[in-house]
Amino acid sequence: MNASVPIADAVSRPSATSVEPVAVGQKRHAALVRVTHWLTTLAFLALLLSGGEIVFSHPRFYWGETGNVNMHPWLNLHVPSSRDTVPTGYGYVLPDQNGWSRYLHFQAAWLAVATGLLYVLWGIFNGHFRKNLVPAPGDMTSKRLGASIREHLRFKRPGPGEAWSYNVLQRLSYLLVVFLLFPLMIWTGLAMSFGFDSAFPLAVRLLGGHQTARSLHFLVTILLVLFLLVHVVMIVVAGFRARMRAMITGRATPPTE
Amino acid sequence: MSEISRRKLITTGIAVAAGATGLAVAGKLAARHGLIPPDSGGIYGPGETLTYAAQRLLTKHSMAREFSSNEISRNPFANEVAPLGDEFSRLQGAGFVDWKLTVDGMAARPTTFSLAEVRSFPTSSHTTMIGCEEGWTYIAEWTGVPLSHILERVGSLPQVRYVVYRSIQPDWWESIDMADALHPQTVIAHRMNGAELPVSFGGPLRLRVPRQLGYKSVKYITRLTLTHSLKSFGKGLGSASPEGGYAWYAGI
Repeated sequence: MNASVPIADAVSRPSATSVEPVAVGQKRHAALVRVTHWLTTLAFLALLLSGGEIVFSHPRFYWGETGNVNMHPWLNLHVPSSRDTVPTGYGYVLPDQNGWSRYLHFQAAWLAVATGLLYVLWGIFNGHFRKNLVPAPGDMTSKRLGASIREHLRFKRPGPGEAWSYNVLQRLSYLLVVFLLFPLMIWTGLAMSFGFDSAFPLAVRLLGGHQTARSLHFLVTILLVLFLLVHVVMIVVAGFRARMRAMITGRATPPTE
Repeated sequence: MSEISRRKLITTGIAVAAGATGLAVAGKLAARHGLIPPDSGGIYGPGETLTYAAQRLLTKHSMAREFSSNEISRNPFANEVAPLGDEFSRLQGAGFVDWKLTVDGMAARPTTFSLAEVRSFPTSSHTTMIGCEEGWTYIAEWTGVPLSHILERVGSLPQVRYVVYRSIQPDWWESIDMADALHPQTVIAHRMNGAELPVSFGGPLRLRVPRQLGYKSVKYITRLTLTHSLKSFGKGLGSASPEGGYAWYAGI
């Protein structure tokens, strides 16, 4: 089997159709998908670590424009704080780590945005989204969606065809992350920047204010963490080694292995 | 070698070469246009430089959001300050009549102003949001002398690229570039919400820089130094913030 077979042949089949037998070591993921996948992983983990750390300096969330310890939060995390100005009920104050956390957060954000842009532009021009992520019309019926949801809830090990194509729930969740959650993170993140807001005041006005942007940034983080957890669990269910091999080397193993 | 992998090799080669050339050219251009922050060294330098350069290109003349008077926070938070020392207590005890603002460095007429003189200069008021890097915010009306007025008064030289400012607290010093120093909303504030600026909020004088985080709005200002380079100040990183691990540019 020639390794230079156009990858679209291997991955473009809609999941609704049956999958023909494929040869050992055939290409599963394009190099650009693999590289951007792992760069995004790296950036996301750095953003999560540094962002989580920053929250400890003010573990309270507000709606609207303003919020501080003199005001009523809609969410108080009841964790220790790295500032003694925040009454937490704990008898100690965590060390201040915001300096490097902020540096790392913005550097990782640049990596995430650059990687995301590259991936999205490539995906649009090469048809990746249309071929591999937009669900086949036949998959979007309530019957098929229901069947897919039941299969997922039973943690059913996917059939051999899924080594070569995404199932409908997978497609929908990837599209949601790529085209809704990540853009929302970027928007709400930028809306917290005083410099950015001076140039684009609508970015924060449309969201409903600086503190609302901060709250939404936190809530969408929770959705992304949930996605990550489900993503990893599904990979374990489907076969951790085979899926990791496909995303690292680009080659899928034969379904019978 | 098949057709496709040869084509891939060539396009990848071109892309890498174009990327490297692009980076080199961008670096040179950025340095020429003052888009490299003083804390651009170290592992976070690339991100910091991208942030500062991108924001400066977007925000050269942009105005911080202004709010209506009914949006002013009823419960502003002053944040804590380290003990201000005997000298501050003495000045405060005398109603700050002896408070001085010294302007030196690259000025045609370096001057030390009394607080009364600073208060007599034309003022400008802005109802803006102040936000801490920790995440909390409040809105207040700040009234003070535009920094640009002070720079004009002392005859700031054309080579000046940064204004270094110091607090009566010896460990507190900051600096801003001319985009912020000459910005119409950057004021040496001496009033807040229509009253004298309270000590807890930085009175008698606070440099208010509304397009950056609160830590750039240094309280208890005593001295401004005009300079073309930040190299000779402290460790050469621009201000006390990078020396303490925080970014010099705080527009984000």
